[in-house]
Formats: sequence, structure tokens, C-alpha cells
Amino acid sequence: MKARVTVTLKTGILDPQGKAIEGALRSLGVAGVSSVRQGKVFDIEIESSDPAKAEALLKQAADRLLANTVIENYKVEVVG
Amino acid sequence: MKAAVVVFPGINRERDMARTLKLTSGHEPTMVWHADTELPAGTDLVVIPGGFSYGDYLRCGAIAARSPIMDAVRAFAGNGGLTLGVCNGFQILCEAGLLPGVLMRNARLKFICRNVYLRVEQSGSPFTRGYNAGQVIRVPVAHGEGNYIADADTIKRIENEGRVLFRYASPEGNLDAAWNFNGAINAIAGIVNEARNVLGMMPHPENHVEAALGVTDGRGLFAGLAEALERAA
Repeated sequence: MKARVTVTLKTGILDPQGKAIEGALRSLGVAGVSSVRQGKVFDIEIESSDPAKAEALLKQAADRLLANTVIENYKVEVVG
Repeated sequence: MKAAVVVFPGINRERDMARTLKLTSGHEPTMVWHADTELPAGTDLVVIPGGFSYGDYLRCGAIAARSPIMDAVRAFAGNGGLTLGVCNGFQILCEAGLLPGVLMRNARLKFICRNVYLRVEQSGSPFTRGYNAGQVIRVPVAHGEGNYIADADTIKRIENEGRVLFRYASPEGNLDAAWNFNGAINAIAGIVNEARNVLGMMPHPENHVEAALGVTDGRGLFAGLAEALERAA
């Protein structure tokens, strides 16, 4: 089973890397970008074929390692 | 002093730390590998040195914080054992939940390797008893992610409880954005846990203990620790 965990910075947490990317887009002339926040995507293969089990496992993975919940939010998706 | 220096793959400042511990206490520390599950019997100080554990993959310190040895470190610290984390060690202690908050990318995005000035905020801890409150010390930093942040309630709590032991300051000891080179909130360079037995700091006091290097301002931290441990023994 394929799954995806997306980790993003919480609102209000300063993201210097996102800011730098935002500036670089501006200097490239990519107009109309008002803000960039950088995050992480984890594509994960799961042994189980039970979506509920898969989701529980992904949440555990995100809580215990993939995200630092002090500064980050995460979203888990079972892609199928 | 019976110090244990915890070594993870990618850590590279463990020898500086071991040399300093030997020089300041007279006792050779034990190096403990990350895959070990126990600290040597009688350990009275655990030090997590600087470097780039696991190549800073995922987040600085994130993978090291989940190593087998960290359960033993957590138990040791939970029993009041003195624990010091420097640079990557500070990041690891935060990721392990032994200290609050997180170290973000430096505000100006650059890796910074230079000497900085720290104002010692409190002298009433085993880590800072070798200094006077308000004293300014000069020590090196070398990091890309030292920009300390925590949620507003946590910052308020650690400030009210006097848990900030070091702040980035001017050579005269003034707080000034120009001297807070990594953008840390309230210029925080080092904090202790609630029980005040776990210190995490970004600068490297272990690199300024020998006269040959021209500055010995880091000596106070280690000499103070050695003295505190001798008294307790």
C-alpha cells in the first residue's frame, strides 16, 4: 500500500528557507507569488493492506519521528 | 567526575569535549556509542557533543534523539543526573524532549563559525557556578541551525523561571539585535530544564579552555561542574 506524509511548518513559525525561495522566485521574474513556505513529503510503502491500520501506523511514524510537532503539522494520506 | 561522552555517527566534536573534560577535571571520560543501551556504572555527567549526527538528515538531532542510548540518557537526566548538550547536542536534547523548543535555521540562513560573546544570566546552577551573573564570556560558535524558538507560553515560562543561562550579547554585555547573530528569540544561547540539571547550549565552551588558544572563558563551566560533582561525592 502506498502512502504519503506531508509535513509543513505551523503558522507563525518563521521560515527563513521559504523566505529565501520567495526572494529567488521574485528575482527570476516569476510574478504573482506572495508567500512560500517550505515543507517535506515522505512517500512510504506499507506492508498492510488495511487502510485503517495503515493510517494508524503513519500517524505513529509522524508523531514519533517524521514531524517535530513543536513547530510542524502533518497530514497522512493512504494513496492506495 | 565520571563523565560519559555520547557518540553518534556524524558527531565530530567528541574529542575536543573529551580533552576539555580531562584537562578541567583530571579524569578521562568514557566514550559511549549510540547503540549502547546503558551508561557506564557510576556516571555522574553525560555530555552530548557537537557535530552533524546522521548528517543532519530529517531535522538536526532528530534521528540521534531516537537512538537506543537516549533511553538511558533520559532515565539518567530524569533522576537528576547532570547532562550537557553542546551545539548538535543541544539540538538532540530538544528533539529528545529533554529540553523545550527547537533550533531553527539561522535567521540570515548562513552557517556561522566565529567567536561570540555570551552574557551569563544566572550563576546559581551547577553549570554556571564558575561565573558571576552578568559576566560576559567569549566562546566560539559553529552552526547553521541555532535559532532557538518555542511557543510563546514556553518562552514566558522559561524566562520567568530563570532558565536562560546564556544569551548572545555585545562585548559589554548589552542585548542588541546586531550581536544576536542567529536570530534566536530573546537572544537565547543556552537553557536548562525545569529541574536545572540539563543544559543545552549552541556555543562551544569546550574550545576555549586552554591558554595556548588565547582565551580560557569556557573553563568556568567545566571547572564549576567538576567542583559541583566533587562536593556531591
